[in-house]
This record gives sequence, C-alpha cells and structure tokens, in this order.
Amino acid sequence: GPEVDMHCNTARRGNSNSRSGSKVKEEKPKKGQARRSKAKEKKKVLREQCEEECRQDEEAPKCSKNHRNEKAKTEERGDFKRKTKDSCDEERNHISSDSSSESEELSADEEESQEEKDVLTQEELEKLKEAVEEKKKLIANLRGKPWPMSKKLVTLRESQEFVEKYEGALGKGKGRKLYAYKVMMMKKWMKFQRDFENFRTACIPWEMKIKEIESHFGSSVASYFIFLRWMYGMNMILFGLTFGLVMVPEALMGRPYGSMPRKTVPRSEQAGAMDFAVLWDFGGYAQYSVLFYGYYNNQRAIGWLKFRMPLSYFLVGVGTVAYSYMVVIRTMARNANRDGGGDDTSFNFSWKMFTSWDYLIGNPETADNKFASITTSFKESIVEEQESHKDENIHLTRFLRVLANFLVLCCLAGSGYLIYFVVRRSQKFALEGLENYGWWERNEVNMVMSLLGMFCPMLFDVISSLENYHPRIALQWQLGRIFALFLGNLYTFIIALMDEINLKRREEEVVKYNMTVWQASLYNGTVDDNSTTSTIPVDPADVPRGPCWETMVGQEFVRLIVSDTMTTYITLLIGDFLRAVFVRFFNYCWCWDLEYGFPSYSEFDVSGNVLGLIFNQGMIWMGAFYAPCLPALNVLRLHVSMYLQCWAVMCCNVPQERVFKASGSNNFYMAMLLVILFLSTLPAIYTIVSIPPSFDCGPFSGKKRMYDVIQETLENDFPLWFGKVFSYASNPGLVLPFILVMILAIYYLQSTSKTYKAANMDLKKKLQTRQVQGW
Amino acid sequence: MGNKQTVFTAQQLDAYQDSNPQPMAVPWSRLFHRYRDLAPQLVPLDYTSKPDVKLPYELIGSMPELKDNPFRQRIAEVFSEDGEGNMTLDDFLDMFSVLSEMAPRDLKAYYAFKIYDFNNDDYICKADLEKTLNKLTRSELTAEEVRMVCEKVMDEADLDNDGRLSLEDFQHMIIRAPDFLRCSMHHIHLTSGTSYHCKRLCAASPGQMWAS
Repeated sequence: GPEVDMHCNTARRGNSNSRSGSKVKEEKPKKGQARRSKAKEKKKVLREQCEEECRQDEEAPKCSKNHRNEKAKTEERGDFKRKTKDSCDEERNHISSDSSSESEELSADEEESQEEKDVLTQEELEKLKEAVEEKKKLIANLRGKPWPMSKKLVTLRESQEFVEKYEGALGKGKGRKLYAYKVMMMKKWMKFQRDFENFRTACIPWEMKIKEIESHFGSSVASYFIFLRWMYGMNMILFGLTFGLVMVPEALMGRPYGSMPRKTVPRSEQAGAMDFAVLWDFGGYAQYSVLFYGYYNNQRAIGWLKFRMPLSYFLVGVGTVAYSYMVVIRTMARNANRDGGGDDTSFNFSWKMFTSWDYLIGNPETADNKFASITTSFKESIVEEQESHKDENIHLTRFLRVLANFLVLCCLAGSGYLIYFVVRRSQKFALEGLENYGWWERNEVNMVMSLLGMFCPMLFDVISSLENYHPRIALQWQLGRIFALFLGNLYTFIIALMDEINLKRREEEVVKYNMTVWQASLYNGTVDDNSTTSTIPVDPADVPRGPCWETMVGQEFVRLIVSDTMTTYITLLIGDFLRAVFVRFFNYCWCWDLEYGFPSYSEFDVSGNVLGLIFNQGMIWMGAFYAPCLPALNVLRLHVSMYLQCWAVMCCNVPQERVFKASGSNNFYMAMLLVILFLSTLPAIYTIVSIPPSFDCGPFSGKKRMYDVIQETLENDFPLWFGKVFSYASNPGLVLPFILVMILAIYYLQSTSKTYKAANMDLKKKLQTRQVQGW
Repeated sequence: MGNKQTVFTAQQLDAYQDSNPQPMAVPWSRLFHRYRDLAPQLVPLDYTSKPDVKLPYELIGSMPELKDNPFRQRIAEVFSEDGEGNMTLDDFLDMFSVLSEMAPRDLKAYYAFKIYDFNNDDYICKADLEKTLNKLTRSELTAEEVRMVCEKVMDEADLDNDGRLSLEDFQHMIIRAPDFLRCSMHHIHLTSGTSYHCKRLCAASPGQMWAS
C-alpha cells in the first residue's frame, strides 16, 4: 500500500549513505565502529522488512487491494491516520537521528558521545521492546474487551502491524533469523490450536438436537440430555476397555468354541440352544460365549503375544471402577468450580430480576410459560418476604410431616419385603424346574422391581402433598425417597443373589464329587493313579459341569437391565406417545377438554429419568466384572435412548408449567452417582475377595481366591526385587501408618479449608463496608 | 448462494477470530449467511470491500432467537452503532459473540448492565428497574408489588447507597449469580426454515427497507 511504499522510500533514502558500509565487520571493531555497525544492521533489517512487505504486496494483488481499501477506509478515521503518521515520523526520525549521530561521531570526543549514543540506543531498544510486548498483550486480551467490533478490528490491525514491523528489529545478528522463525512457528501453532478447538466443538455429538430441545423446553430438560450424553461418553470408554482387552483377545487368541468343556454347550442343553426364547434369556449359545465370565480359559498366557488373560481380566475389572471414580470426581470438581462457590441468599431478588430470563428460549409457548413462572416466582417471593414472621399452626404442619415420613417408610419396607418374597419364590421355582411355569413366573423378579420403580414414586408424590414444603425442597425430598427406594430394592436383590450363590457353591461340591465317580466309570475300573492323562477321548459336551455361579450372577444382571430397558421404552410409548395420540384425536368427541383437564399431554419428568439413568449405571458397575458384555449393552441402550427420548420429548411432551432452574441440581445428581458408584462396587469387591472361584469355569478357575492372580504375576513375571518391595509394601506395619498419615492429611486440609472460608467471608464483609463508606 | 470463498478474505476471518471470544462454535460464514438471510437484496455476497450496510431493527427483532426475548429491543440498541437497533454485520457478529456461551463473565456483565440501563445514563435507576420488571412479567404484577420488588433489589445491590446501581454494584452482584452464564444464546437455526421466514417477512414489509 501507499503507507508501506512511503516507509520503504524513507528507509531507502536513509540507508543510501550507509549502503557502502552495510557489511558487518565482526573482528574486534572499535567502539564507534561497533555502534555504527549496529545501527547499520538495524537499518538493514528495517529495509529488508520493508522490501519484504513490498514484495508481499506485489505478490498478492487481492491482499494489496484489501490493504489499500482498508487503509483508505481507515484514513477516514482520524486516529489511525494520526497513529501511522506518528509511527512513520518516529521511524523517519529514528533513522535520521542515526545518520545525524553518525556525522556527529566523526567529530571530536568519540568516547563520550559513543557512550551517550550507546545508552540512547539501548534505551530505545528497551522502549521498543516494551512497546512490542504491550501490543502483543493487547492482541491477546482483545477478546475480553467490551469494545464494538469495528474498534476491535482497527486496534487489532494496528497492533499487528506494529508488532510485525518492529519485531524483526529486536533480534540481533545471527539470532534474528531464529527469532523470526520462532515467531512464525508461534503464529502457526496458535492457528493450529484455534483450528483444533473449532474442530473439537464441531465434533460434539447431538449438539443441534440438544439445542433444539433446550429452546423448546428450557435448560432443565436439556440438562437431562446433556447428562445422558456424558454417560454415553463414559460408557464408551468402559466398552473400549472391556471389549479391547478382554473380549477380543479371548475370541481371537483363546481356544475356540467346542474345544473345552467350559466353552461348549452341555449335551443336555443342546437341543434348545439356538431358540430365540433361550437366547433372549441369555442362555444357550449366548451363555457359552465371550459375553460371560464362564467362557474364559484360565491359561496363563495365550496366543503368540503371550497375552496374560486372567491378569488382564482382573485389571480391566479394577480399571473400569478406577476410571469411573476419576471421571465422576473430576466432573464434580469442575461443576463446583463453575457454580461460583455456594449459595448466597443475599441477592435473591436481584438475581431473580436480572438472571431469570432464559435466553435460550426460542419458542413462543415456552416463552409464555417462562413469563408465567417468573411472575409466579416473584409473587411467591413477595409473599414469603411479607409472611416470613408469621408461622401459622406449626404443630399441624409438623404432625403432617411426621405422618408423611411414616407413610413413606411403610412404603419402603413394604416394597423391600415384596422383592424378598418374590426372589425366594423364584428360587423355589428354579428348584422345581422352570419349564413348568409360564412367562410371568420366570420373569417375576424383574417385573416386580420395574413395576415398583414405576408406581412408588407416584405414591410418594401424593404423600408429599401432605407436607406443604417449598417446591424445591419438596423436589429434594422426593428425589431422596426415590433414591432410598431404588437402593433398598437393589440391595434386597443382591442379598437374594448371595443366597443363590451359596446354593450354587453347595451344588458345586456335589458335582466335584460326582466328577470323580464319573471319571472312574470312564476307565471301567482300570484306573491307574500314576497316569495323569486320559487316553479315552471324551466330547467336551458330555463332561459333567459345575454350576458356574459367576456366569449366573452376570446373567441375572444382564436380564435385569434388559427388562428395565424394555419397561422404560414401553412406558415411554404407552405413557407418553399413546396418551398424546389419545388426547389429540379423541378431544373432538369427548365430554371435557382433554388437553387442559385430565389427562392432558405429559410433561418430561427430569428427576425420574435422571434417577433411572443413575441406577442403570449402578447396575452396570455391579455386573461388569461377571459379564464383560454389559458395557457394550449399555452403550447400545444409551444410543437408542438418546434418539428415542429426543423424539418423544419433541413429539409428545409439553413444556413444564413450573420452569425449574437446573443449575442447583447438577452437583446433586453427580453426588448421587458417586454414592451409587461406591455402593455398587462393594458387592463386587466382596465377592472377589471372599468367595473362591468356580473350579471349572472362568479365568480364575483353580485358584483359591480371584486376587491370587496378582500374586502369581508378581512371582513369575516380575524380577525378584519387585516382589520383595511389594511384599514390604503390603505389610500391615506399613499400611496402617500410611492410612494414619492420610487421615491426618484429610483433617489438616479440612481445617485449612474452614479457615479459608472464614477469611473469605471476612473479606467480603470488608469489601461491602468499604464500598458503603465510599472509599 | 454464490462462491462462499469470496465472502471474506483469510485475513478478515483471522482478524474477526482474534477479536472474538468464542472459539468458533459456529463458523463465521454461517453467521454471515444468517445475517444475509434476513435481507438478501440488501446484503451483498462479497464483503471483501467492506460495504456499509445496515439492517433495520424490525428484521433483527424478528429473528427466532430474539423474537420471544422481552429485551430484544434493548439488545439491538446496545449492540448497534447508531444506538437505535439498526445493525451492520460487525454489530451483528459482536452481538452473537458476546451473547454466546464462550464469552467471559466480565464481558457479559458489562453488556448486561448496558441492556438493563434503559435511559442510557450509565446507571440503573429505579425507573429502569421498574421497566425491567414489567417487561419480565408482562406487567402482570400490581404497582405495589412492583414497587416492593424494586426497593428490595435496590437494598440488596446498591452498595454505595446513592439510590441507583452503578456498573461496579451491578458487576459485584451479578458475578456471583449461579445462573448468570445461562444468559446467553448459542444455537442458530441453520435449517431452510430461515429462508422461508425471510421470504415471509420480505413479503410483509416491502417498503420499509433501507440501507443507511
């Protein structure tokens, strides 16, 4: 552009005197010469830069035209023109001062003037450096400044040009090229980072779907879907671990189907092994496959890779739990940070006024609801404010609340007993043979649990109308009660399962005894105690099999989850979709208005759905050790749920009347997830640690305890000293002091956090009083 | 729709990105097309020459993201250059970038203050509060209730006791609000519904469009 040309011309003019002396003499120059060469270098650099810019301009006609247009445009804005003129003058003065100082130098008193000029040059360099740093900082912080876009663009362009012009001048001699290279790489790196960020945000799945739901239903409904998506991500990782490190190696490198007794369907079951009913129940071929624990061989290393299968199985089981803990706690910490530290009630009305409008709403119906709910919320707050000193008939309220809690406890006890009763009955049925009973008896346990999960929350809702709490507190009580219900059901189920495990173990003893009898019968009395191999070939399908309690546990969990999923989808279709169809089409020929009265369209129940999701995940964690297929199943289920529920919400639901704030509940759900994680890993850990594995199925068969595999690996695969170190580390004398130190650390951290909080409150108060005093 | 690549030069795009808080949740070209869809005959496809085009407030206020928002007029006024709601492309991009989810809290607080300051005197006084409240509740509260709420707000947030909220008071109060970051719009309807909408609007108000 014209500006650049001007610069080039001045630079060229200024340099014409020293063009002859542009070569740098490095060998022991006198001070004066050194300074002259420095100045000449600077000029040379400037000149080179100018020439580069000119060249660039010529090479890119578009750019230059753009430059010119921009500059023409911005010349209308006075300050830019002034600034470039200033910088132009600055440069010209700088260069001319150099040439003038050169001529001065030729006169007397070299030392004195040299030092002066040295200091000056040094100072100028420093100033220049500062200015360049300032401009760079400005460019980096430009995003956060509340200026209009046009001002930002102008400032940006100015600063960038300034930085480009003078950055090169700061590098000296040989270092200059490296410096320029570094600057270019930095720019490229920032551009790469930015592109990567863009790519990452574009890659988030289902983003548009969720945004659409958010605009129609508000952020509390959308928070459920965001939670679902987060769960999906976590389950994908769990699926990756179990699939890649457990199922695939066994399928590819382990012994194939039919080569061993544990991998073959027993002769007695082979008739119906391919039936759909059997497969749906995860029996038959599904049971004797990589999907369940029992299929895995206990061979220490398989395949040409020498893959340690039992070790991998154990570590993946531990790893899934560890990863889940890490992810949940990290998300909780992030949410806590973002929420800005706690519940402040000192700005109640202000926040209501300035932050209650949900800018994400893009739909008139939702907007209407939002207006109504804001109005109601204001009226409620006003009433609360006015009546905060009046407490009417507190005794009646207290009595009603105690009554409500008593009823709820009765409900919980009743449901717990019902499940226990049903489980015992199903055990009785199993003893007598399941073939005699119909579909209901076979699936009684699962159906009862699902039905309880559906109806009890409604009951709790009705009971809570006695209590007369503020809606948010009522919601928390409701969530707490449903949580207790699900937890009670789950633990009753586990206790019943433990009973079954003990039963199977007793059976195992019997089978072991029978095995010896059967083997003896094979040899027809010609048993030779010294021979270790059997020369009579036996089909694996005919070998008597022990009852594999681990596979049984895995199967139970898988069945429970499948039936839970089916129940959810069916209630969705019937409760939401058919109801909506009924209301829509039968409204014309019905006595009362179906849409406004009963039953009307359903609302999306956020808390119920979130709890369902959390408990489903708890069951996955519980069962994943015994059925490696569970994470895969869950990924499939969440995938389908996402699409189905997105469709159902948009098609059959109406926005809630009370449009609730979602933000407060975020960490509440995470906390529940953490509790469930802890509680669901307890049974699995108990079974691993205390129950010996089955003798003829699974990767740990033949060991006394499942964790013995770690001991074995340490002894055989690691060098001796490692084993010694580990045995020292697991010495109780070392572990107990370690636990003590950790407890002390926790205590210390807690007390410091208390003091920080107190200091924080103090500072807040000080800030307020200072502002009041107008300092 | 023409060759998308000639809309902006690479330098223009880079410059926009550097001055903008959001890491391109929506590409700039989409925002530009969104802007253009509001009035295709006014907005040229080629922005390399930086034409001076302004869209009137009626078009901006009818966008699906804004039309249900009770503060849409103030939003348009705050972000427009002329202070009356007629927005150039720069203003439009500014508005979306500040109101996006990625904008920093302080920036949002600053603009929120300007939006709620109806009389543009750099203070939120009682009259501004009353207007805000009436817009929020569609004037469904009684005058007594409105007065009470405004008094409560003034009590809570006014730290220097001058009877009106300055920027510092407002920022001090709003930075702590847990819901504050939800005061943002993010999604932009990029389906063909927009072109239908534009046609409808263009048919409805043929004589009211002008370019400043």
